[in-house]
Amino acid sequence: MSRSDDTLLLANVSRRGLLKGLAGGSALLLAARWDLALANEKAQFGAGAMPGGWVDSPNVFIHIDPDGLVTIVNNRAEMGQGIRTSLVMVAADELGANWDQVRAEQANADQDKYGNQNTDGSRSMRHWYEPMRRAAAAARLMLEQAAANQWGVPVHEVRAEIHKVVHSASGRELGFGELAKAARELDVPGRDALVLKSDSELRFIGKESGLINGELTSAHPKAIDGEDIVTGKAIFGADVDLEDTLYAVVARPPVYGAKVKSVDDTEALKVAGVKKIIRIEGASQPAAFSPLGGVAVVATNTWAAMEGRRALKIEWDNAPAGDNADYTSEAYRKSLEKAAQYPGKVIRQSGDVEAALKVADKRVSATYYMPHMAQAPMEPPVAVVRIKDGKAEAWAPVQNPRATREGIAGMLEMDLENVIVHQTLLGGGFGRKSKPDFVIEAARVAKAFEGQPVKLQWSREDDIQHAYFHAVSVDHLEAGLDEAGKATSWRHRTLSPSIASLFAPDPRHKAGFELGMGFNTMPFSIPSIRLENPPAPAHVRIGWFRSVYNLPHAWAIQSFAHEMAVAAGKDHRDYVLDLLGPDREVHNLTVGDGWNYGEDPDMHPIDVGRMRRVIERATEEAGWGRKTVKGRGLGLAFHHSFVSYTAIVFDVEVDDKGELTIHRADIAFDCGPQANPERIRSQMEGSCVMGIGIALQSEVSFKDGVAQQSNFDSYLIPRMPDAPKVVRVHLIDNPDGAMGGVGEPGLPPVAPALCNAIYAATGKRIRRLPVGNQLS
Amino acid sequence: MINLTINGQQHELDVPDSMPLLWAIRDVVGMKGTKFGCGISQCGACTVHLNGVAIRSCSTPVSAAKGEITTIEAMADDPVGQKVQQAWLDLGVAQCGYCQGGQIMNATALLKKTPAPETQEIVDAMAGNLCRCGTYNRILAAIERAADTEASS
Repeated sequence: MSRSDDTLLLANVSRRGLLKGLAGGSALLLAARWDLALANEKAQFGAGAMPGGWVDSPNVFIHIDPDGLVTIVNNRAEMGQGIRTSLVMVAADELGANWDQVRAEQANADQDKYGNQNTDGSRSMRHWYEPMRRAAAAARLMLEQAAANQWGVPVHEVRAEIHKVVHSASGRELGFGELAKAARELDVPGRDALVLKSDSELRFIGKESGLINGELTSAHPKAIDGEDIVTGKAIFGADVDLEDTLYAVVARPPVYGAKVKSVDDTEALKVAGVKKIIRIEGASQPAAFSPLGGVAVVATNTWAAMEGRRALKIEWDNAPAGDNADYTSEAYRKSLEKAAQYPGKVIRQSGDVEAALKVADKRVSATYYMPHMAQAPMEPPVAVVRIKDGKAEAWAPVQNPRATREGIAGMLEMDLENVIVHQTLLGGGFGRKSKPDFVIEAARVAKAFEGQPVKLQWSREDDIQHAYFHAVSVDHLEAGLDEAGKATSWRHRTLSPSIASLFAPDPRHKAGFELGMGFNTMPFSIPSIRLENPPAPAHVRIGWFRSVYNLPHAWAIQSFAHEMAVAAGKDHRDYVLDLLGPDREVHNLTVGDGWNYGEDPDMHPIDVGRMRRVIERATEEAGWGRKTVKGRGLGLAFHHSFVSYTAIVFDVEVDDKGELTIHRADIAFDCGPQANPERIRSQMEGSCVMGIGIALQSEVSFKDGVAQQSNFDSYLIPRMPDAPKVVRVHLIDNPDGAMGGVGEPGLPPVAPALCNAIYAATGKRIRRLPVGNQLS
Repeated sequence: MINLTINGQQHELDVPDSMPLLWAIRDVVGMKGTKFGCGISQCGACTVHLNGVAIRSCSTPVSAAKGEITTIEAMADDPVGQKVQQAWLDLGVAQCGYCQGGQIMNATALLKKTPAPETQEIVDAMAGNLCRCGTYNRILAAIERAADTEASS
C-alpha cells in the first residue's frame, strides 16, 4: 500500500516520466503484461508504478562463482511468506541452475539498484516474477554466448542445460562456473532477444510439491533458510551480534501524543549494567514513522536495560495528546454506531436505495464491530544501529528498507548515501514492520553513542501497547428483499479511522485505497446500491495489518449476506451465487475504485466468474448441504482482495457449554498463475489460523487513551488447540490469468466464515468481534 | 559469579542472580538461537531444556538454572532433536521461523518423554508455544512424523 493516494499519484507521475525514456525498445517477445507495462502509459500500474520500479539486469541479481555456486539476490523482505525461497527458485528455474548449488543473498536497502523493495500489499511475486525470469533468461543467454565464443560455434548450436552449457554436435560441455567469468564480460542481451522457458521446461515454477493437505508428496526443493531455522542459526533482527553493543529499551508515553513531564532516574541508574538514560523528544502528530518519544535506558545487556526502565519514575504530560487521552473503546464504539445511523460521504451509488428500501417486502439490517488489533509478530520490533565516521549503519527486520533509510537519514540529518540498511530476516511482519519507527528510534539513541552499536529491543508490552493498530470499525448494513427473497437494495455505511491520519491531519474518512479494499469493490449484482462513509476520528496510530481494511469489509459484507440468506429462507451458497449474478468482469473504475491494489483494471478487473468458482470449489470440497448433527454446522465466506479470490468453508461444532471445536476448514484460492504452490498453501493455512484469532480472541481496547492489553496473557492469539483439526487448501488451476497476491488474501474471509458456521451450528449471530465468551 | 553448563560447555558469567537465563544465553554468552518473544512464559520462543525438561528461559533466573542446559544449537547432535528437525524440513513447517526453535525444543522434550504421543497429547504439550504465522497444523504433523520415524528406527 502506498502511504496515501497522493503518494501513489506522485509515484505514478514520476514513473510515467521515466518510462518515456525506456519505451523505445521492442519487448514483444515477452509476456504480454510486461509488454503492455513497458510499451504504453499503462505502466502507471503494477511494478512499474512503484517507487524504484523494477529492475531486470542479470548483473544486479545473479552472480556465478568459478566453482559453479550461483548466488541470487533477493530484494524483498522475508517475513515468513517464503519469498527468499520462491523468488530465488523462479530465477534458478529460468537460469537452469541446480538447486543444490544455489544460495540467496539478501539485498540491503538500495532501491536505485534493486528496484522497489517495499514488501507489503502481497506484491513480491506478482511484481517480481517476470523481472526475475528475464534476469535469469538473460544470464542463461550470456552463458550460452560465452560457451559459443569459446568453442567458436554459432550460439544457436549450443544450449544451456542444468548448470552447464552443451554443444550436442561435438559433445562438448562447460559448467556454469567455468563460463561465468567470460559471460560476465559480455553485454547484457536486449529484452527482445530473450526467450523464456516454456512451461514444459520448468522444474520448479508452478509445480506442486511437499505437504499437500496432509499428504507428503514429492520432496520440495529445500527452503533457502530451512536448515538455519531448525538449527537456530537464522539471523533475525535481534540476532545481529556486533562487538561492544549497547542494549536499549524505551519507556514510551502510554497515550499517543503525550510527552515526558519529568523523569526521576535515580533508582534506574543504580541498576547494575545501566550506562545512561536519555530523553527522546516525542513526535508531533501526525507521527508517521517518527519515534513516539519517551525515555531510553541504555545498558550492557537487555535485562539490565529492562530493569532500569522498571525503576524509572516518569510523569507524563497528556496535554499535547489532546483528546487522545480521553479515548475509550466502549464509548468510541457507541459513537460510531450512532454515526452509522446517519448518512455519510457517498462513495458509490446506483438506483434509489431509500425508495427501494421503503417498498421492500422484507428489510434486513445489522451492525458489525471489529476492534483494534496489534500485528504482534513473534519477533517484537528490534534494531541495531551504529553511527560512525559520518555514516549510519542499521541492521533491522523491516518490510520497507527504503523508508527505513529515509527515516534514519531524516532523524540524523544525514545524506541518504551515508545511511546503510542491512535487511535481516523478519520474525513475522504482518504490516507492523512496514513502519520503521523502531529503527529510527534506535538511530536516535545511537546518536548518543557514536562509534558504538546500539541494539534497541521492544518488549512484548511495548509491541502491543504501541502498535500501529489495525483500525477499529463499525459497519452498518441494510438490505431490502422482495417477496421471493431477492435483494433489491443494499446500503452499507462503513466507519473506521484512516491510516491517512498517520501522515496528514486526520481526514476522518477512509482513503481511496482503504475503500478499495472490498468496500466499493463489493461485487454483488443488486439494482440499488448506496455505499457511504461517515466520519471516524483516529486517536491512536492506525496502521496496516495483514489485509488491512479488507478485514472489516469482508467481515461485515460476508456476515450480512448470510443474514440476508437466512431472512430469505434460502441456502447460503445458492443465495450468494445469485447475489453475485452472472459471470462478468466488473471494471474497478465503474464502481469508483481507482486503486485496484495498484494494478491495471483492464488486466485485473473484479472477475465474478473467478469468485463463483472458488465458492463452488470450497463448498463442494466441504460437502456443502450435507446433514449435520445438532450443534454442528458449516459456514461460508469469500472475498476478493490483492487481485486474488478466496472462499472458505468451516465445519464447526459448539457444545452445550459453548465450547467451540473447528473440525475442518476448506479453502479455495485463485491467484492466477502459481509460482510456488507449496508456499501458497502454507500462506493459506497460516491465514486461516490467524483469522481464527481475529474472530475469536484478539482485541486491543483503550481506556483514557491507554491500551488495556499488554502481553499474550491479555492480547490473545491462536494456540495449537485453537487451530482447525484439518485444513484443506484447494488451489484453482488458472495459469493463464493475471498473477494475484498470496500473503494477505487468505485472511479476510476467515472471521465471517467462522461466525457464519457458528450461526449454522447454534443459531447465535455474532456481530461483534472477538467472539470471546459470547457462546457461553 | 554464575556457572552455567550450556550444551556441555561451562560458562562463568558475571551477572546478577535474577537475570533470566534467556538474556544470559543471548546477550552474555552470545548464542542467538533462543528467542525473546514475551518475557512472561506465554509464548515459548525461549524454550530450552534444563536437565532434559523444557523450560521457559525468559522466566527462569540464572540462579535456578542448575544442571545441563541444552539449546536449539545442540539439537542437530541429539538423536531425537535431529529427527524432529528433519520432520520440520520434510513438511516445510516454518514460515518466518522465529518461534520454531522453541517449538522444536518443546517437541523434542515431549518425544523424549513420550516417544509415541497421541494427537491430543501433542496438542496439549504444544499449547504453550505460540506461532503467529499459524503453522500449527504442520507442527502437529511434523511431530507425528518424527514420532513415527523414531518408532521405526
